[in-house]
Amino acid sequence: MTLATPSELAQPLPGNLQPQGWLRYFSFSLDHKVIGIQYLVCGFIFYLIGGALAGVIRTELASPMADFVSRETYNEVLTLHGTVMIFLWIVPVVNGGFGNYLIPFYVGARDMAYPRLNAVAFWLIPPAGILLISSYFLAGAAAQSGWTAYPPLSLTTPAAGQVVWILSVLLLGGSSIFGGINFIATILKLRRPGLGLMQMPMYCWAMLGTSILVVLSTPVLAGTLIMLSFDIIAHTGFFNPALGGNVVVYQHLFWFYSHPAVYIMVLPAFGLVSEILPVHARKPLFGYVTMVYSIMAIVFLGLIVWAHHMFTSGTPPWMRLFFTIATSFIAVPTGIKFFNWLATLWGGKIALNSAMLFACAFIVNFVFGGITGVALAQVPFDIHVHDTYFVVGHFHYIVYGGTVFVVFASLYHWYPKFTGRLLNEDLGKLHFLLTFIGFNLCFAPQHWLGLNGMPRRVAEYDPSFTTLNQVSSVGALLMAISTVPLLINVVLTAFKGEIAGDNPWNALTPEWLTSSPPPVENWLGEAPLVTEPYGYGHTPDNEPSSSSVKQVA
Amino acid sequence: MTSLSNLADSDLTNNNPHPKDAAQSEVAPEGQGVHEVHGDFRLFGLATFLVADGMTFAGFFAAYLTFRAVNPLPEGSSYELELLLPTINTVILVVSSLTFHQAGKACRANQLAKARTWLMVTGGLGVAFLASQMVEYFSLPFGLTDNLFASTFYALTGFHGLHVTLGVICIAIVTLQTRSNGRITAKDHFGLEAAELYWHFVDGIWVVLYGILYLL
Repeated sequence: MTLATPSELAQPLPGNLQPQGWLRYFSFSLDHKVIGIQYLVCGFIFYLIGGALAGVIRTELASPMADFVSRETYNEVLTLHGTVMIFLWIVPVVNGGFGNYLIPFYVGARDMAYPRLNAVAFWLIPPAGILLISSYFLAGAAAQSGWTAYPPLSLTTPAAGQVVWILSVLLLGGSSIFGGINFIATILKLRRPGLGLMQMPMYCWAMLGTSILVVLSTPVLAGTLIMLSFDIIAHTGFFNPALGGNVVVYQHLFWFYSHPAVYIMVLPAFGLVSEILPVHARKPLFGYVTMVYSIMAIVFLGLIVWAHHMFTSGTPPWMRLFFTIATSFIAVPTGIKFFNWLATLWGGKIALNSAMLFACAFIVNFVFGGITGVALAQVPFDIHVHDTYFVVGHFHYIVYGGTVFVVFASLYHWYPKFTGRLLNEDLGKLHFLLTFIGFNLCFAPQHWLGLNGMPRRVAEYDPSFTTLNQVSSVGALLMAISTVPLLINVVLTAFKGEIAGDNPWNALTPEWLTSSPPPVENWLGEAPLVTEPYGYGHTPDNEPSSSSVKQVA
Repeated sequence: MTSLSNLADSDLTNNNPHPKDAAQSEVAPEGQGVHEVHGDFRLFGLATFLVADGMTFAGFFAAYLTFRAVNPLPEGSSYELELLLPTINTVILVVSSLTFHQAGKACRANQLAKARTWLMVTGGLGVAFLASQMVEYFSLPFGLTDNLFASTFYALTGFHGLHVTLGVICIAIVTLQTRSNGRITAKDHFGLEAAELYWHFVDGIWVVLYGILYLL
C-alpha cells in the first residue's frame, strides 16, 4: 500500500474514482443508496442516544421521588428525549432512510430527482443533532419545555437552551422539506416510461402522501418557531399573555404541523409494511386501490384535525365538535388499511421470519394505539385523560409499536439488499421477543396510570402509582437489552453473515431485480418495468411470474 | 409564461439534460452504464418549494387574523395605517412583475440586450420597493415590541421584505449572466425562469399581505 502525498489528496477525484467502500458513507455522496444508509445509520445512533435518555426517565420514575436526577434535569432529559426521537430518529429514518434507498428503485430511476439537494438534506441532520444534544451541556440552561415548547413555559425556562432547540428544529425542518420536495419530484416526474401511478409499489404512494404533508405543514412550524424565538430574543409578545399575546395561537400553529407529523412518522411505515407482508405471505397486496385512496384520505384528514390536541385549551364547542368528528373519520381509512393487511395475510403461505414477526406485531400494536386514538378524539374522555400517562401510552403505541416495529421489520427485510448478507434469524427472533414483551410491558401499564390520573412530564408521583411504574420500567429495561442482539446481529453479519444472493425472498418489486448490493446506477442495463409489484401466486410454486416482469428496450 | 408549461409536463422524453444531472451520473462497472436523459425538473422543484414557502406566509397570516379577531389592542393603538406609500409599493411590485415577464419574453426571443434592460428595470423597481418600505418603517408611530399588532406588522412585512431582498439579489445575478458568453442564452435560461417564478410569487404574496394588513 502506498500513501498519497498531501498534494495528491488535494486533487479532486475523477467521477469514476469517487470514494468507494466505507469511505463514501462519510462523503458528500450523491448516490441515493449511500444517502439512504447514511440516514439509517445516523438515525440509529440518535435512537441509541434517545433510548439512553428514555432509560434515565424510566429509572427516575421507578420510585415516586425525584431521587435519581433533579427535577430540572428530568425536564431537560424528557425534552431532549422527545425531540431526538421524533426529529432525529423516526422522521429521518422512515422518510429519508428507506425512502432514499427504495423510491428510485420503485419508480425505475437511477437516482433521486435532485441528488445534490438530497445530500444537503442529509448533511443538515448531523450538525443539527450535535447542536441539539450539545445544548444539554449548557449548564442548567438546556431547553426544559418538552418537545412541544408551549409558551409561556418556553418563555420562562432558560432562554439559551430554548433558542438552540429552536435553531436545531428549524434546521431539521429544512432538511425534511428538502427531502419532501425531492420525493414529490422523483415520484411524479422521474417514473420510468410505461410505469403508471396505479402500478407503483404502495411505499411510493405512502411517501407521496407523506411528502405532501411535509411540504404543507413543516413551513408553518418553521414560521411559528421563528415567532417564538422573537418572543424570547426580541421580547415581542406574540405568545406572551403579559404583553397582550395569545398562547392558544401557538398551539394551533404548532399542532398544524405536529399532528400531520404523526402521519409523517406513520404513513411511511404503512407503506413499508405493505411491501413486507405480500412478500412473506406470498400473496398479492389486498385492495391496492383502496389502500391508495386511504392514504390520500389520511393526508387530507390529517391536515384538518390538529385542534383535537387542544380540547382543554378553551376551545369553543363548535370547534370541539368539528375536530372530534373529523378525527373519528380518520379511523375509516386507517381501518381499511388494517383490514387490507389482514386480508393480505389471510390464506397466505406465511413465513414467520424476523421481518414478518415485526410486521405482524406492528399490526397488533397499531390497532391498539389506533383504538386509544379514537377514544382520545372524544371530548369527554380526552378532558379526563388530557396530559396524563394515557396520552404517553397511546403515543408510544403509535410511534414505537407502529413505526419503530416497522423500521425493524424493514431492516430484516432489506438488510440483504443493503449488504448482500442475511441477518441471523435466531438473533432476530430473540430481538423480536425482547422488543415485543418489553414494549408492551413498558407502555401498556401507562394507560392504567393515566386513567387513574398520573400526570405526564413530572419527575415525582403519588406513591400509589409505584407498582405499575416499576412494571413499566422493567419493560423499558427489556427494550434496552433487546438492542444488544440487534447490534451484534447487524455488525457481525455485515462481515460473516450468510450470503443472501440477489433476491433471497423471491420478491417482485424492482429493488430485488438487481445485484445485492446494487451497482452505482442501480441496474447495469435498462431499468426493469414492473407493472405488477405484488403478482404473487400466479404459478403453483410461487416463483415470480414471468408475465409481471418485462424488460422493455 | 410558456416557460412554466413544463411544470405540468409529464413527458420524459425531453432531451434537455442539465449540467446537474450530467454530474450526478457515474459510469457503471465495465462500461455498461446506460445514461438516460430526462427532463429538467428544476422549475418543478422550485414551484414545490414555493408552495412550502407560501405555507410559512399562510401561518403568519393565520396568526395575524386570529390575533386581530381575539386579542384587543391596548388603549391608544389602532390597526389604522397610512395607505399612500403601501399602495404605491403595490403598484411598483405589480409593474415589476410585468417588466420581468417582458425580460423573459425577450430572452426567449434571443434578444438578450433587451432582456437585460428589462431585468435592470425590474431590479430597480425592487430596490425602489425596499427603499419605500424603509421610508414607511421610519415614519410609523410604533416599534417592534409596542403591541401585538406592531410585532405582527413588522414580522409579516419584514419576512416579505427579506424575500424581496433575496429576489433583487437573484435579479442582479441573472442580469450579469445575460452578458454575451454568459450563462443565460435563448435556449438555456433556467436561472432567469427560476428568478421570474420566484419574483411573481413574492409579488402575489405582497398583494395578499396588502389586502389583509392595510385594507382589512
